[in-house]
Amino acid sequence: MVRDRTFWSRAFDVANIVILGLITLSCLYPLWYTFCLSISNKSAANAGLVTFYPIGFSLVSYKEIVSDIKFFNSFWISIQRTLLGTGISLLVGIMMAYPLSKSKDEFRARDIIMWLLIFCMLFNGGLIPWYITVRNYGLLDTIWALVLAGGLPIFNTILIMNFFRSLPKDIEEAAVIDGAGPWRILFGIVVPCSIPVIATITLFVGVYHWNEFFHGLVLMSDATKYPLQTYIQQLVVSIPTNTSLTPDQYKRLSELSNQSLNAAKVFIAMIPMLIVYPFLQRYFVAGIMLGAIKE
Amino acid sequence: MKGKRGNVEKHYYLMVLPGLVWLFLFSIVPMVGIVMAFQDYNPGLGIFGSEWIGLENFRYLMQLDDSKQVIINTLIISSGKIVLNLLVPLIFALLLNEVTQLQYKKLVQTIVYLPHFISWVIMASIVINIFGYRGAINTIRSWFGLEPRLFMADPSIFRQLVIGTDVWKSFGFNAVIFLAALTSINPNLYEAATIDGANRWQKTRYVTLPELRPTIVLLGVLGLGNILNAGFDQVYNLYNPLVYSTGDILDTWIYRLGLTNLQFSLATAAGLFKSVVSFVLITISYVLAYKFADYKIF
Repeated sequence: MVRDRTFWSRAFDVANIVILGLITLSCLYPLWYTFCLSISNKSAANAGLVTFYPIGFSLVSYKEIVSDIKFFNSFWISIQRTLLGTGISLLVGIMMAYPLSKSKDEFRARDIIMWLLIFCMLFNGGLIPWYITVRNYGLLDTIWALVLAGGLPIFNTILIMNFFRSLPKDIEEAAVIDGAGPWRILFGIVVPCSIPVIATITLFVGVYHWNEFFHGLVLMSDATKYPLQTYIQQLVVSIPTNTSLTPDQYKRLSELSNQSLNAAKVFIAMIPMLIVYPFLQRYFVAGIMLGAIKE
Repeated sequence: MKGKRGNVEKHYYLMVLPGLVWLFLFSIVPMVGIVMAFQDYNPGLGIFGSEWIGLENFRYLMQLDDSKQVIINTLIISSGKIVLNLLVPLIFALLLNEVTQLQYKKLVQTIVYLPHFISWVIMASIVINIFGYRGAINTIRSWFGLEPRLFMADPSIFRQLVIGTDVWKSFGFNAVIFLAALTSINPNLYEAATIDGANRWQKTRYVTLPELRPTIVLLGVLGLGNILNAGFDQVYNLYNPLVYSTGDILDTWIYRLGLTNLQFSLATAAGLFKSVVSFVLITISYVLAYKFADYKIF
């Protein structure tokens, strides 16, 4: 493209770069702010003096966390949940996606199952029936409630299926002639050919399980079983739901919390996400485009 | 040959079995519980012993002032989000597209995606801090001699705050699809426009935007299906009783009705209303998306 060299065009370029820079900084600010708060002196943090940089450097908050068993307990529950949830979702999703990627001639139940999936993706029984069901299964207060109660990740299964369908047919045909059965074909050929899409979905499901707080809140009655996000939610955000609250009370309540300690916990909760972020970044653009795959 | 196919097919059934069991246990069985919406549900008697009361729950819900306000709040917040989550990412993508320094472009892209991956629990705690009585916004206000305000407890700005922070959290992520569409525009179109003497604005107006139109239409139509989803995770973590009048949405209301006040039947009825309306809207939006943009989910 030939570049426009007029004055206004250059002025626009400069303004554009500055505006985009400010927008970008605004996306980094929450991270930076939390970090500053967490390493600031307790009284400075609580007095609201920290805005753009740490005040009165102190690592007291991090020292306090080291001996906080509840925090690490929740952290560990989140790790277990994320690993189990991602592993199971992926395995079940891949196993389901493969037969569904076949034509109706090869797998007669294909269309019926497909419509069932679409129906369950678009329609649900609502919060209360779901909660009562999970309770009747006796899953409350177990890790399995966190891993399974969200249900089969249907949309991700459909994404995997779309990808399987886009693979060339010949590779499978060659394997069939060599006498490979469906399981060997799926795990020996189709899955290795689909590593990019599987990596993308793994990251999506992993992020979902790491960030999910609501199931922890409703399905765990015992606070020691909260996953990390629910733990933090209770710690930082929780305000009583009685409607007689006055603005003054709200103000006092929000000043009660230990800002610096909370910020340190929030910051640590973000670290796993920051570690996987470079991978996320690389794969998720591909992942979004998968959603738009056409036949 | 027929026998062989049957044999392979048997394995296909085995493969889908775990998924179907999962679907049955956590999606289909809960649908049976919908009958609670038509009962005066008593946990002691269960869904087989509770009294049937027809549409009484729905009638009662419609009479409540709360329910009307909650639906209005939901519609205002969600439509604000649908429109701005389309416009802001579009403008951002267009601005980013004008940047010629590739490394800068890449850096901006890498950073603006980040907030999308951070949970609302964490983001809300940060937003509450920043907009808090002693937060960054009030600090900046004090430089200009303005009195501090209790933003989070002010019903008159809560919706704007919800919409604004949602757009801010997700615009980078939402821009991805526009950025991808921008790269697929034929460069010859721009060369032809240059030869015709078009300036940058004219190229954007007469080449880029028309080329992006199918993407804009598709995203707009798919957004319609979300009109009753104002964002539970976000609102639940940001709101408090002082802003219920403008900030309480269907999902948070159903949650409190059912799991805080234990009105199981009423909450199920309200949830069913939401599920049915959403189901119809999403189906319509998919049909429209298929017709106008050739979009298929499978």
